[in-house]
Amino acid sequence: MRFILSLIMTLFLFIPVASAAEPLKLRLDNPLVEPMPFATPDFQPETAAANEYAVRIARVVASDLTGTGLFREIPPQAYISNVSSFASPVQYSDWRAVNAQALITGAVSVDAGGRLVVKFRLFDIFSGAEMGDGLQFAGSTDAWRRMAHKVSDAVYQRITGESGYFDSRVVFVSETGPKENRAKRLAIMDYDGANIQYLTDSSSIVLAPRFSPTGDRVLYTGYETGFPRIYLLDVSNVGRRALAMPEGTMSFAPRFAPDGRTVVFSLTTGGNTDIYRMDLNSGSLSRLTNSPAIETAPSFSPDGSQIVFESDRSGTQQLYIMSANGGEPQRISFEDGRYGTPVWSPRGDLIAFTKQAGGRFHIGVMNVDGSRERLLTSNFLDEGPTWSPNGRVIMFTRETQGVNGAPSLYSVDISGRNLRSIRTDNAASDPSWGPLQP
Amino acid sequence: MTYLKKAALMLALLGAAACTNGDRFGNNGEGGAGGPGGANGGIESGTLDPATPQYFNQTVGNTINFAVDQSTLSPSAQSVLDGQAAWLMANTTYIAVIEGHADEQGTREYNLALGARRAAAVRDYLVSKGVAGSRMRTLTYGKERPLASCSTEECYAQNRRSVTIISAAGVS
Repeated sequence: MRFILSLIMTLFLFIPVASAAEPLKLRLDNPLVEPMPFATPDFQPETAAANEYAVRIARVVASDLTGTGLFREIPPQAYISNVSSFASPVQYSDWRAVNAQALITGAVSVDAGGRLVVKFRLFDIFSGAEMGDGLQFAGSTDAWRRMAHKVSDAVYQRITGESGYFDSRVVFVSETGPKENRAKRLAIMDYDGANIQYLTDSSSIVLAPRFSPTGDRVLYTGYETGFPRIYLLDVSNVGRRALAMPEGTMSFAPRFAPDGRTVVFSLTTGGNTDIYRMDLNSGSLSRLTNSPAIETAPSFSPDGSQIVFESDRSGTQQLYIMSANGGEPQRISFEDGRYGTPVWSPRGDLIAFTKQAGGRFHIGVMNVDGSRERLLTSNFLDEGPTWSPNGRVIMFTRETQGVNGAPSLYSVDISGRNLRSIRTDNAASDPSWGPLQP
Repeated sequence: MTYLKKAALMLALLGAAACTNGDRFGNNGEGGAGGPGGANGGIESGTLDPATPQYFNQTVGNTINFAVDQSTLSPSAQSVLDGQAAWLMANTTYIAVIEGHADEQGTREYNLALGARRAAAVRDYLVSKGVAGSRMRTLTYGKERPLASCSTEECYAQNRRSVTIISAAGVS
């Protein structure tokens, strides 16, 4: 029965599709796009030591792609033909018969030096052609997940025409203990929640880490001295130093400029919170806002020329944009509600924010001039958006309510679709999504 | 003063003695707070040395509360702060850290700034009542250290607070 059905589908699909096919292309701006069906058979182990990696790498690639909500995996049980060797020709008709539009094949070996070598090829099934050249990645066996993510990034880039976000990391706050006395530690993980490593202990409160543009350093707010102040941490050796601040002040909400040498943040003196910038090498400080209002959560534009921030100078929290050197800011948020934590997208086109309206919290995006506001989520407490390196996905903190309420990390497409929970061992908050790794 | 200290010491010793009979006072149900040990309810306020941080915390009151998203001081908050000011001026060997807190209905950064604003409002009030500014320092916890952990207005109201933490000068 199954054989006959397959045969019929093959005959039915083969002729019309083969003649009408256009090159495989997924348009990310089309809100009605259907997930593209793809197949990723286990990669071929070319040496015995590569057996376990061959299976695991194909699974991570499938998980990366399906996790975008843009791709749908054809279950391996449906396959008609199997890929028996990396070099052998692809039986396009067999893959058309199961409605796969893309096929990813790969091979894995461990070379004489103990390095893992991953090769992959991408096929456009309906056009009956390979997409781009085969690619090869090599690295230590510990880095097998990174190599899988690199395969996924290449596939995503070839099909959508935009860079991916899979070989990237997220720094965040890992939380344990009761709500009144939460223990918080800085932690770093792969974008999908794997490979969690801790960067600090939980002896004092740590808040809101922010990656440097190259992902090598992290700024955060810590209470080591008993008072909130900004620290700079080196990810490779977890060495840290407090940034020098004027005596008797509190400082928080730091963020790097795109040049990686300038920091913008909030400084509180005498109860008044304004925005300052500091040159990391010289330590020189300049004040960018000067009002009795609360001004905080500054974020640079990707070209470094402007800063978006929140201020309650109008009476409620609203979003403003000013020059990176200060000066008169322009208000950009005008709808009902309170707006906070603005973050400029890496593509420069959108501002993500937290909004409180109607007794709920929302993550939203708006154009840089404040137009076309769209709320992507609605919940008891959502806050603190951070952008994927390609500006297509936003990760944020979602906190549940009540005595046992706790935060965890979620992501959502800028289309508002594909809301996903990112699994972590403990409660988690304040994600900062780093760049694609080299 | 000396008399009060002696009295406090004696009662503390009595308390310790009572503790050795824990079974009798703690577990047989008959004893309890009003049992033969007597007058437990009256001991705390009646015998605390007014010059101690415990007296400040329990009798003067170390905590005041705020309205939603506000840092203005209500009349009842001002009357507690009047007591704090008087105590601080009578006990000049103590210094204070004033913590400002917010409830969870706000973003993390804004709540840090709001907590700082609340702590500063308390500090400024105490200065206006004659306490030297050099004896006080403000600290914000934002929404990081709620007192009550439920997610209703009843808890939120307790969490929107400032707490004046007293310590001996030179010991931080």
